[in-house]
Amino acid sequence: MIAALIARDLRRAWVGGGAVLPIAFFLLVTILFPFGVGPDAALLGRVASGVIWAAALLAALLPVERLVAPDLEAGVLDQLAVRGVPLVLIAAAKLVAHWLSFGPPLMLAALIASALLALPGDRLAAVELALAVGTPGMAALGLATGALVAGLRGAGAVAGLVMLPFGVPLVIFGAGAVESAQGLKLLGATTLVLLVGAPLVAAGAMKIARE
Amino acid sequence: MIAFEGVACERGGRRLFSGVSFSVAAGGALLVRGPNGAGKSSLLRLAAGLLAPVEGRVVGEGARGWLGELHALDPELPLGRALGFWTGLDGAGTRLAAALGRAGLAALAEVPVRLLSTGQRRRAALVPLLAAAPPVWLLDEPASGLDVDAVALLGRLIAEHRAAGGAVLVATHQPIDLPGAEELAL
Repeated sequence: MIAALIARDLRRAWVGGGAVLPIAFFLLVTILFPFGVGPDAALLGRVASGVIWAAALLAALLPVERLVAPDLEAGVLDQLAVRGVPLVLIAAAKLVAHWLSFGPPLMLAALIASALLALPGDRLAAVELALAVGTPGMAALGLATGALVAGLRGAGAVAGLVMLPFGVPLVIFGAGAVESAQGLKLLGATTLVLLVGAPLVAAGAMKIARE
Repeated sequence: MIAFEGVACERGGRRLFSGVSFSVAAGGALLVRGPNGAGKSSLLRLAAGLLAPVEGRVVGEGARGWLGELHALDPELPLGRALGFWTGLDGAGTRLAAALGRAGLAALAEVPVRLLSTGQRRRAALVPLLAAAPPVWLLDEPASGLDVDAVALLGRLIAEHRAAGGAVLVATHQPIDLPGAEELAL
């Protein structure tokens, strides 16, 4: 059953370019930086990992509104509840599907971004590793936010206010992970906390929204 | 198959009804009537387990099939695949084609849900119930948007379900043929 839920969410992620949009946005933000900072390769290389992480968090905000709200509005959550599917299971399936449609494409896009930002080649592997560890946490944060704001008016703006503060540790440890092994461990810990907490928060929020 | 025992319901701090008791046996039907806002939909949501009663209890056995005001079908998918998600979850994928035929929708299986009319979507929402055949059907305004022929078809499908030993709760304003149904006025 969970496979069917994941498959449906994955397919829905691609409808109307939903999964492409955050990646395009991520690349656009990283392209803006060289324009603003100037073509000083040494300077760009120094800020590159921080820029990639900040841009990734902003990009993670875009899909938030389509994660839970459409299912709530279409009655899908009601139909799943009548069938006895636990909300935590629904949330976990959504989390897996969301990461699959967001994490790996973002890691691919980060290759392009690191070239645009003149990231030193020896640090590329560290950035990709940090993204591999950190994007599940980002997806979890996005899911919890999506469930919390589902059904609200002006959900997009509220989502930013809810999600970005909680994303700060990810940016700090994510950029830090490129510099040191300790940073990577802290990033992993942050991701684990989010992975455990987000499905519970999302399930609670969906329960409240459904009633 | 399903019974309410002194059930009370509150929404947003307002008491909608209290002391509602009834029991529907196999083959039985209950017609829930009442003005707008009387709590007909809430009563069905209580029966479906989507809401918890503030007083009393809802007892029953067997799976419930829920037809709410929302059709829960992915608009971009062809009807057959959109319904296939639900019949697949119910383990009734092999009976989907037959159920589409019974609802008179066999010719529309390849049409995207977003292109269907309101009445066609309404009938489509009934298909998972026909395929999986849960013992208790909970139908919230099942005839809304249906034409005369489709309402007659709905009446026949409900009668077949009851003849097969199923029970049904219907909340509606429109006349639906429910022979021998008990009525509950809210």
